[in-house]
Amino acid sequence: MKFLGRRFAHAILLLVGISILSFALLQWAPGSFFDSMRLDPRVSAQTVNGMRAEYGLDQPFMVRYARWIGSVMKGDMGFSLAYGTSVGPLLWTRAKNTLLLTASGTLIAWLMAVPIGIWSAARKGTLGDKVCGVATSTLLMIPDLLLALMLLLLAVRTGWFPTGGMISVGAAHSGFWSAAPDIARHLILPAFGLALATLPILVRHVRSAMIDALESPFIQAARGHGVPRSRLLFRYALPAASNPLISLLGFSIATMLSASVIIEVVLSWPGLGPLMVQAILARDAYVVIGVVMLSSVSLVMGNLVADVLLFVSDPRIRVE
Amino acid sequence: METIGAISGDDCMGSVLQVRNLTIEYGVDGAEQFRAVDGVSFDVTRGEVVGLMGESGCGKSSTALGLLGLLSRRSARVSGSVVVGGKELIGVSESDLQEVRGSTISLVFQEPGISLNPVMRVGSQIAEVIHAHRSWGWKRCRAEAEGVLERMGLSPVERIYSAYPHQLSGGQRQRIALAQALCCKPAILVADEPTASLDARSQADFLALLRGLKNELQISILLISHSPELQASLADRIMVMKDGHIIEGGSIEKLYENPAHDYTRAMLRRTTRSRVGSEEADFVLQGQFAE
Amino acid sequence: MNNAYNTALIRVRGLSKEYVQRSPLTRTKFTIHALKNLNLTLRRGATLAIVGESGAGKSTLVRCLALIEKPTAGEIFWNDVDLLGLKKDELFAMRHKIQIIFQDPTSALNPGMTAAEIVEEPLTIQGIGASDERRTRVLELMEQVGLPAKWAGKLPMEFSGGQRQRLAIARALALEPELLILDEALSNLDLANQEMILQLLRELQAAHGLTYVYVAHDLNMVEDVADEVAVMYEGQIVEQKYAPAIFNHAEHPYTQELLAMAPPLKSIIAARREWDCL
Repeated sequence: MKFLGRRFAHAILLLVGISILSFALLQWAPGSFFDSMRLDPRVSAQTVNGMRAEYGLDQPFMVRYARWIGSVMKGDMGFSLAYGTSVGPLLWTRAKNTLLLTASGTLIAWLMAVPIGIWSAARKGTLGDKVCGVATSTLLMIPDLLLALMLLLLAVRTGWFPTGGMISVGAAHSGFWSAAPDIARHLILPAFGLALATLPILVRHVRSAMIDALESPFIQAARGHGVPRSRLLFRYALPAASNPLISLLGFSIATMLSASVIIEVVLSWPGLGPLMVQAILARDAYVVIGVVMLSSVSLVMGNLVADVLLFVSDPRIRVE
Repeated sequence: METIGAISGDDCMGSVLQVRNLTIEYGVDGAEQFRAVDGVSFDVTRGEVVGLMGESGCGKSSTALGLLGLLSRRSARVSGSVVVGGKELIGVSESDLQEVRGSTISLVFQEPGISLNPVMRVGSQIAEVIHAHRSWGWKRCRAEAEGVLERMGLSPVERIYSAYPHQLSGGQRQRIALAQALCCKPAILVADEPTASLDARSQADFLALLRGLKNELQISILLISHSPELQASLADRIMVMKDGHIIEGGSIEKLYENPAHDYTRAMLRRTTRSRVGSEEADFVLQGQFAE
Repeated sequence: MNNAYNTALIRVRGLSKEYVQRSPLTRTKFTIHALKNLNLTLRRGATLAIVGESGAGKSTLVRCLALIEKPTAGEIFWNDVDLLGLKKDELFAMRHKIQIIFQDPTSALNPGMTAAEIVEEPLTIQGIGASDERRTRVLELMEQVGLPAKWAGKLPMEFSGGQRQRLAIARALALEPELLILDEALSNLDLANQEMILQLLRELQAAHGLTYVYVAHDLNMVEDVADEVAVMYEGQIVEQKYAPAIFNHAEHPYTQELLAMAPPLKSIIAARREWDCL
């Protein structure tokens, strides 16, 4: 338990550091929300300055930061200048959508990567393994953007999949559960796209972890005692290989968020990705900070989860 | 060529292991060919302990792996004949080999630290071997494994069963490895440098255990070791191996008193400069460090 | 070989070494006492064998002697000079007098350097001689350990285990040490190489009066080699005597136990003969 406590404390410190850094970067980046207004000749400089003062944008960095931290503690994440609502609820709805997408994407990716990786490792050096290697390399080379566009093309040309969005017009007003099949249909393409983007790395890691395990002396010894091949693969090699894979799981959860941005934007999935892009372009400071903090939290959480899983699964790490 | 270790046909009563012209070559796919074992032949009869003695690199470990068909087909070519309990093992399919390994012929490796699965409880590892050869349910396999642990002198059985390898001492780990090899009562046990990674105390214990089990289970043992002391303690008959050949064989006494090869003499005489007679001892007593 | 009145080269007094280990997860600390108030005397020109089970602290002791590890307490006197109290440059000068050779030659040699570079390295570091003088010396040393000069440009991986160990010895001899420590240096070698190296070491000792410390975990291994034997147990020297005295008149119970656990081949054979005749 002490172990968890320390990790948690580290995580908090990390998050504070990230928040300061992002705030600072945003402050120093050129431009502010009201710049477009300045260019408009109908609006006087006085009005702009007045609005700036009202939103506290003319205060020095530390003051703004302190005020922001203060209100976050109270649960208020700030005000979105572009959307005109408070940041919190805005983030929350978008975050839910992204979570749905990344969770499905991760699940699909791992469900595909593990069997392929095991299969490849068990047949190391054979034609099947080499073909697999070539396929994953090719997939790896394709930029995520291209992948997303290809999927979009597929949807448009074949009409099998909806071409974007999360929900069909009209279905949006029915309850969640009745809308669910519709959402699911919209989810297929983006989730699959996300899975494909992260698949090659996962397959390689699974394969190499399995190969390391299969080439260990203890597998040789068990084979020498007559343990059959299938049991060797699943009861001996896979558990031993799961150690590096569990850390990878945490990491892949953590990075899914950034991987999903492109997919969300191209396939118009209403998640945090498009929100962040728009907010940055509009210099909507608090939204940007909010999104950055949210993704940092997910990264840190992901790693924490990985550590806990590792602790639980590998007896060598536990101390009696 | 005279087969040094082999026994003539009539004496083959209960010849548990018959090896004829075993040859193992490494470097199959165009890489340098290296003949680790060259035309080795020998027999082991029921209840006998036969030693294979030689230095590292002489081919004895390759022989052990080759006997059980554990060498990868991609890196080594094995030819000749190995007959265990009437069944030929060379050239046979992996599934046929899998049946024989552990149940008829078993292998104990040198380093239990790496030959045990680090993330599986040791008791389960024994139960797995039992499960592989008997069509019993898991519960029965587990009970049998606990019995084996007891016979190995590992107690308390409950605690040992659920321990992981890193929680046990070197001596205990080697006993677990031995338990895995013997749990299905094979006819012959191949022990490859079984005590090399143990300290003197554990070595002595392990040796006593092995002797006891050999008598109790009436198994044959092929003892592979570079240590003349170990061979002398356990083996009924020893074959000296050098550069892939068996150059000489016989009882330890014969090899010691009357070696046919200088190599054998060098190996056995090395550590036996007899300890000093009494006159020198008396003088030397005075020389003890007094400070 | 039994020079009873040799002067003491090294005197170790009250040497202690502790390691503190922390488990990263549970944050518990525990102290390992590798050496406990250890006393030892080493005679010049003789071979001392330090024997004990693994974990007794032998390697820690010799690492302290070789000045590559700092003990927590105690003194090491070299001809009455306390090595542990020396300043940095004095210590640097002392280093060439004590050399150590480890069990695994492969990890002791830089795989990217040629044989000649490896042997030359100590000379370069200590700044001895000009470049061509060093070259000549390197070739001399290689010949001395039985490695042909034309192999000077080869990499360690092209040598066999025994040859690598000889290379390590050549390197150790480069600085003309007075004390050579062999930490289980011959255990991984086959018989032929062991014999060759032992012979070489004997010749060097006779020619230059070298002192050797030989670490082993098995008493039988040191019978041929040692003039004196020190038995080590749990961080202390429990008995130190001339070799024949240890083997025939061991007094400390632990020594007796060690001897009993590893009887010589001859007595095993004799015991076996009796046993088989029953």
